[in-house]
Amino acid sequence: MKYVDEYRDREKAQILVREIERLVADIPTARRRPLQIMEVCGGHTHAIFRYGIEGMLPKSIELVHGPGCPVCVLPMGRVDDCVAIAERPEVILTTFGDALRVPGSRKSLLQAKADGADVRIVYSPMDALALARRNPGREVVFFGIGFETTMPSTALTVLQAEREGIENFSVFCNHITIVPTIKAILDSPDLHLDGFLGPGHVSMVIGTAPYEFIASFYKKPMVIAGFEPLDVLQSLWMVLKQIKEGRCAIENQYARIVQEDGNSPALRAVAHVYELREFFEWRGLGSIDHSGVMMRVEYARFDAERKFAVPNAKIADPKSCQCGEVLRGVIKPWECKVFGSACTPETPLGALMVSSEGACSAYYQYGGVKRQREKIAVEAGAA
Amino acid sequence: MNIAPFINKRPRGKVHVPTVTLAHGGGGKAMKDLIDDVFLQAFDNPLLAPLDDQARLDLAALGRHGDRLAFTTDSFVVDPLVFPGGDIGKLAVCGTINDLAVGGATPLYLSCAVIVEEGVSIDFLRQIARSMAQTAREAGVSIVTGDTKIVNKSACDKMFITTSGIGAIRTDVELGAQYAQPGDAVLVNGVLGDHGAAILCARGDLALETPIASDCAPLHDLVSALLVAAPATRFIRDPTRGGVATVLNEIAEAAQVAIEIEEAATPLRDEVRGFCEILGLDPLYLANEGKLVAIVPQEQSQDALAAMQAQPLGREARRIGHVTKGEPGRVTMRTTFGGSRIVDMLVGEQLPRIC
Repeated sequence: MKYVDEYRDREKAQILVREIERLVADIPTARRRPLQIMEVCGGHTHAIFRYGIEGMLPKSIELVHGPGCPVCVLPMGRVDDCVAIAERPEVILTTFGDALRVPGSRKSLLQAKADGADVRIVYSPMDALALARRNPGREVVFFGIGFETTMPSTALTVLQAEREGIENFSVFCNHITIVPTIKAILDSPDLHLDGFLGPGHVSMVIGTAPYEFIASFYKKPMVIAGFEPLDVLQSLWMVLKQIKEGRCAIENQYARIVQEDGNSPALRAVAHVYELREFFEWRGLGSIDHSGVMMRVEYARFDAERKFAVPNAKIADPKSCQCGEVLRGVIKPWECKVFGSACTPETPLGALMVSSEGACSAYYQYGGVKRQREKIAVEAGAA
Repeated sequence: MNIAPFINKRPRGKVHVPTVTLAHGGGGKAMKDLIDDVFLQAFDNPLLAPLDDQARLDLAALGRHGDRLAFTTDSFVVDPLVFPGGDIGKLAVCGTINDLAVGGATPLYLSCAVIVEEGVSIDFLRQIARSMAQTAREAGVSIVTGDTKIVNKSACDKMFITTSGIGAIRTDVELGAQYAQPGDAVLVNGVLGDHGAAILCARGDLALETPIASDCAPLHDLVSALLVAAPATRFIRDPTRGGVATVLNEIAEAAQVAIEIEEAATPLRDEVRGFCEILGLDPLYLANEGKLVAIVPQEQSQDALAAMQAQPLGREARRIGHVTKGEPGRVTMRTTFGGSRIVDMLVGEQLPRIC
């Protein structure tokens, strides 16, 4: 299939893997300890597991699965607020499908739906707006989640609602922004990361400039990566090449989509509708300054948070969860105390077990064999 | 037993209103008219015609088809009721025929229970009943007993159908997932995921226009051909909800073996592949309604494939993998990219209500 198969070519993959092996052999650090490279974005985590990429890499490369799954990092309190909105009789709550299962402190949206709330899956915020047009007697609320990737489509939908004078549409805004979170990870004291695969679709919107501080201040290499398996391998090769040459730069492997200055109409729409929040709560990572956006006061009538007095509950993460340590690469998913026991994809306790893009869920679904093999190796080593 | 003398000679009733109302479920004349006009008219056969509380089947006649009865039941709640490649009626007949067929049974008799929401048009009911009748006739099975219930608006989503089926299993056939052994071949009879993709497209909320039609079809002739060519076949299953991935996991679990499949060997229509790429779905978990997974000893797998490929529903039959000695219960897939990944049971559901 055109535009798919050429990015999944087995022979090219083997060439890249050999080149990666050759590069790693020349990096002295890799002889002392595994090089830790974080893929920030959940889409990359998914691709890595789906194509079995981890198993193709030399043992001296350790992939750390970062915080870039917006469904995973949604805190319980926000889910509770969303459930409270959904349970209002006049409301039709619309959401992307994978947000349905995120657990709140009382229930998930899926449970709320079973209990009678009118919760519907949409594939675009524009679908939600169309629903509002067709149901003038109901209040249609869109559960806006995601990074800069989905932010513009929500913003443009709000602008469209304004143009059409549709008053029964609003957004429960949980959009978040990745850069402050990468910074928070880089500031954490137990950090060993050697480099990053940068998020491809976020960068399509924001461009590459916002990441410059990672190279200039924190002295870490980053390569903006595409989502096909060859993209991931090539980007890893580019990060390793920087490490080997002692360089730190923001490079763009995903040049077929990502432009240096991003997408200016999208950025304009975002700037028009949203402003930064002082802080936003992340599941597993806690509160991070300026890491979320809210709707500007001019668009208050489209802001579900203002339209319906939400409880605004602050709910602490379950104590047994070690999501934060997994996210920072301090421990591997299966080293968490509750991984696979109290916390499974059926009954997720922690953020990373929730969505198929979450590191723990991906390990649970796809990674069992490797995990066991490594566990055995660790135990044999200890003995 | 000659049942001809029992056939009721009374005149058939006729429905004169455009839609179903609660009166049609009241047990009186309106209900009788509905059953006569819609169901009896379409299903027309001597075992059903007396409209007694039960169909009476001749045991000796059943016995000529085999030495064991196969008995199965399935409910159908598909949304939308009509989709490219079929409708809820065709699906309800094929689904139950296939549940009998994959056990090695010759499907013979079906029941049909319908629950209808008031307000559904009579013409639409006739259309569905005719679709069931035609599918059954072509497959050589009779719908011999049934039930109709009408419920209040919103008490069901337009129409649900439950079919049960009886078939007879040939004396020499003994299939079971637990018989799978390392070295066995894993075969499928054609492209995967068509039904699941067709239903999702037909719902219209994806705004994707694709020419994908459901693969809904009765598989008993294909199964017969397969069992003649490969009599040592271990197990056959139709991968409906949960798709091929789920069936393979069930086999691996039951037989305490591992199964390895090749992504490159997994047959997919380009349209289904593209559909899955766009929506981030895994075609291995998409439902099929005219496909089977067969576990066949290696030495009979070529004959099995050739026999299936000679059948209209098996032209694209392929070997997609094999049973191995690996970790019991584990299903893995070698990706086209050169990696390997685990194919686990789906947690919850990938798609809501598709069969």
